[in-house]
Amino acid sequence: MGWAFVGPFMVVFVLVFIAPVLYAFYLSLFQNQMVGGDKFVAGANYLQALSDPQFWDSVTRVAVFLVVQVPIMLFLALFAALALDSGRLRASSFFRISVFLPYAVPAVVATLMWGFIYGPRFGLFGSLNDFFGLDLPEPLSSSWVLAAIGNINTWEFTGYNMLIFYSALKVIPAELYEAADLDGAGTFRVIRSIKLPSIRGAIGIASIFSVIGSFQLFNEPNILKALAPNSISSYFTPNMYAFNLSFAGQQFNYAAAISIIMGVLTVVVAYIVQISGSRKDA
Amino acid sequence: MKNNHRFRRVATAALAASLLVGGLAACSSPGNAGAEGATADDIATALQTETTLTVWGWAPQLEPIVEAFEAKYPKVHVNLENVGTGNTHYTKLQNAVKAGTGAPDVAQIEYNALPQFALSDALVDLKDFGAEELKDNYTESTWGSVSLNGGVYALPQDSGPMAMFYRADVFEKHGISVPATWDEYVAAGKKLHAADPNAYITSDTGDAGFATSMIWQAGGKPYTLDGNTNVSVDLQDEGAKKWTGTWNQLLKDDLLAPVTSWSDEWYKGLSDGSIATLIIGAWMPASLESGAEAGSGKWRVAPMPTYEEGKAAAAENGGGGDAVLKQSKNKAAAYGFLQFANGPEGSKIHAANGGFPSTTADLQSESFLNAESAYFGGQKINEVLVQASKDVVPGWSYLPFQAYANSIFSDTVGQAYGSKGDLNGGLQAWQDATAKYGQQQGFTVSTK
Amino acid sequence: MSVHLSPAQAEAAATLPAPSPSPASKPPKFPAPKFSARRRGGVTRKRTSILLTVLMGVMAVYALLPLFWLIVNSTKTQSSLFSSFGLWFSSDFALWDNITGTLTYNDGEFLRWLANTVLYVVAGAGGATFLATLAGYGLAKFDFPGKRGVFAVVLGAVAVPGTALAVPTFLMFSQMGLTNTPWSVIIPSLISPFGLYLVWIYALEAVPTEVLEAARVDGAGEFRTFFTISLRMLAPGFITVLLFTVVATWNNYFLPLIMLSQSTWYPLTVGLNSWNAQATTAGGEAIYNLVITGSLLTIVPIVGAFLFLQRFWQSGLSAGSVK
Repeated sequence: MGWAFVGPFMVVFVLVFIAPVLYAFYLSLFQNQMVGGDKFVAGANYLQALSDPQFWDSVTRVAVFLVVQVPIMLFLALFAALALDSGRLRASSFFRISVFLPYAVPAVVATLMWGFIYGPRFGLFGSLNDFFGLDLPEPLSSSWVLAAIGNINTWEFTGYNMLIFYSALKVIPAELYEAADLDGAGTFRVIRSIKLPSIRGAIGIASIFSVIGSFQLFNEPNILKALAPNSISSYFTPNMYAFNLSFAGQQFNYAAAISIIMGVLTVVVAYIVQISGSRKDA
Repeated sequence: MKNNHRFRRVATAALAASLLVGGLAACSSPGNAGAEGATADDIATALQTETTLTVWGWAPQLEPIVEAFEAKYPKVHVNLENVGTGNTHYTKLQNAVKAGTGAPDVAQIEYNALPQFALSDALVDLKDFGAEELKDNYTESTWGSVSLNGGVYALPQDSGPMAMFYRADVFEKHGISVPATWDEYVAAGKKLHAADPNAYITSDTGDAGFATSMIWQAGGKPYTLDGNTNVSVDLQDEGAKKWTGTWNQLLKDDLLAPVTSWSDEWYKGLSDGSIATLIIGAWMPASLESGAEAGSGKWRVAPMPTYEEGKAAAAENGGGGDAVLKQSKNKAAAYGFLQFANGPEGSKIHAANGGFPSTTADLQSESFLNAESAYFGGQKINEVLVQASKDVVPGWSYLPFQAYANSIFSDTVGQAYGSKGDLNGGLQAWQDATAKYGQQQGFTVSTK
Repeated sequence: MSVHLSPAQAEAAATLPAPSPSPASKPPKFPAPKFSARRRGGVTRKRTSILLTVLMGVMAVYALLPLFWLIVNSTKTQSSLFSSFGLWFSSDFALWDNITGTLTYNDGEFLRWLANTVLYVVAGAGGATFLATLAGYGLAKFDFPGKRGVFAVVLGAVAVPGTALAVPTFLMFSQMGLTNTPWSVIIPSLISPFGLYLVWIYALEAVPTEVLEAARVDGAGEFRTFFTISLRMLAPGFITVLLFTVVATWNNYFLPLIMLSQSTWYPLTVGLNSWNAQATTAGGEAIYNLVITGSLLTIVPIVGAFLFLQRFWQSGLSAGSVK
């Protein structure tokens, strides 16, 4: 009987998840040339990817992004959730809604908007520089563009993660707090020994989703590239690389190999995040 | 830990699934029917038969042309689709070609992308429809751009002979005379930027179309194509070196506004005069009028500066034509559309809507040459632009994978722009990456 | 001030079923969510902290400033966009002109994209929520062979980069003749692994096994029970999933970008970016005022939906996040 309920989901799931993965794997074993057509090359595309400096450049970039942006965002989100939960805020529902609001803004719109704001000479940054006589760095220059993208992502997703944490905090059983009250525990001790351990699961989920999100980075750099072509290369992130290989370069087979490698890499990193998350509470 | 188990199970399941299913069908390429020519009668009949044509293009002039076409041939319905501009458009076109289905009957294709589609067998050779006899209707350079390997793969629509657009008010304010040579141009740039640190002689953050046109003007011939599979790439020839020699000076001294072309800031600079000149194709006036209204009355046109005083030279920058796709099920009607859109009737509408024609009749007509542009303070700009079309350096050709090459321009030459380094080194990197791609695609590539 | 539930939330919390962990149907890996209403506020009253409020104020400004910028600049004309200070209104107030311009530009293609987006949201998000609810409920309330395999494969799929699948999906769909049709956007958005997970966790608690057994004794079929009894109990979880899939489909960009070649089937996101790209390409008309106004119009419905349905998704999310 269970299959009657799960079946429809699984049918579509096989069509849009399993089949493309297998097809990608199949494609990755071939090579197609403008002159010469298709030929079977077995693992050659994988070997090429492993020694492709552009591919590794893109992987390194998202790794840096992951290590810097994700902790900052999750820390901000956690701070906001704890603040909301502390009961020491005025107008907490205003704060909850306003910090969450950016999540409802489509990534495309968010990027267009921030792109306008980043405009170094004549955009809002320019206005601020003129108005306050500042000399802010150009967000779209090649040394700052990754940070500029990190900011867009932080802006978009801090509220979402905050809400996940906050929801988890809200369902901590009241008895735990009563016990802590009896012990005379201070605010920070309550946070450390009750709140954080109780929402460990939520933090884990949020971390995993953020890790996956970082590896998939595409929309923001791809849209900003129109504004800063020299700062954002066609292999800025692995996804952009795969996209440009396929659609600008017609190298679908090589792109498929890159996609497969990235999928495996994502699973491995998500797994490591899980393990290290589990270690901490041991 | 619970999660470890979960992931192990995931891995096992994925492996099992992958073993279960074999392979899926590989991409199939469509079989190509042989040449399907048509006589003038066939075309005329097709245009009087109830049919629908799909046209992909982004040029704003296509819309009025299609309206006029439908009015003249009421039985032919035209679906005009704007699937994106420039590279987006080519990507989608290439995808449809690759998928073997979904391509339009007619597509707008710029001259620099034409070889890629012609040589990948996506386009109909219009010679089969008698296009050759139209040769004299078009300028030499545009006809040269659509003639590849002995075939004719598009009919030219617009052309983009380059000229120098400049702010007369800015030049006057700082006592700068209109430069006729590149040395004078560089000097003007220095003088302007020294007088007003917010003002730049021009903007350039690296653009493949611009760079190749500049090399073209300097007499470079970096790309040659011999047969279908032999190409040579030489971005270190004398022409390329001439251009980088000039442009490096502007780049190193911060004389180029670091503003991306066509961005909002760019239009702002064109409006307020902080970008004082543009070296660009003759189709620019319409964009200036709509994008930089505040610059009205302040812009003028002069011939492109040259390397040798008094020796006029220009290049084509942008511009393109319309081609018939091999996937089209109604090639005769599609060619009929081309005859209208790119012939005398269409080109009149095109010019009336701000386009710069490629047809000799329009370029030579008195009314076109004598038109006074209010935006340009009453200057007869077409006199200058038409002269430029006659000064285009002959013998240029693009690569059969130019669209891809252009897409990696910012990864290579763009880096030199970004670091204010040596453009020559950037061109070398571009040449290497381009050659490597060509080899991967099965071409025999020679470099110098 | 204390943390307190708003009346709406309190009501939502009150209507939630009492927790009734039923060991028989519970997969061993997940602790049960607890829906007990918080009474902490009643225990101790805390004083508001100025520092904390100020810090949160900074975060709120960070979150709202770009939106404020968007509102301000949607009131400007194309030329005053460039000539006035970005964070304040210019002398001419062109919001209504901009809205009219946005809605009518190019024969009203914005409205067409809006209709497409609504179609994708209704079919994609609605379908995804329905499938996820059905499957999540099935996983929570039935034991059947292959159940663990389903769980493993679906969770594994979450880790595969969606964009990595896009290229093979595109090639597959183009061979099936689905590209450039609404199906190419709708079908892939029918799957929401996160939604499945959420409903599953929620169903474990919200639908007591005793109720199902009683229905079975009465002779009601499983699907009838699902539609008449269980679905109502699942409502908060269902609406939470719906809201998140609505956001996901409303914001979907990458997939339609590669699947659709003609603007007739674009959703708003792809359409807006094509307007934006138009100005950054030779010969295109710069319509930044319309891009900005269009962006504003794009986010208004989705923000509205979030505010309006707050009470539902907040309680549903609480259930999903506990683990």
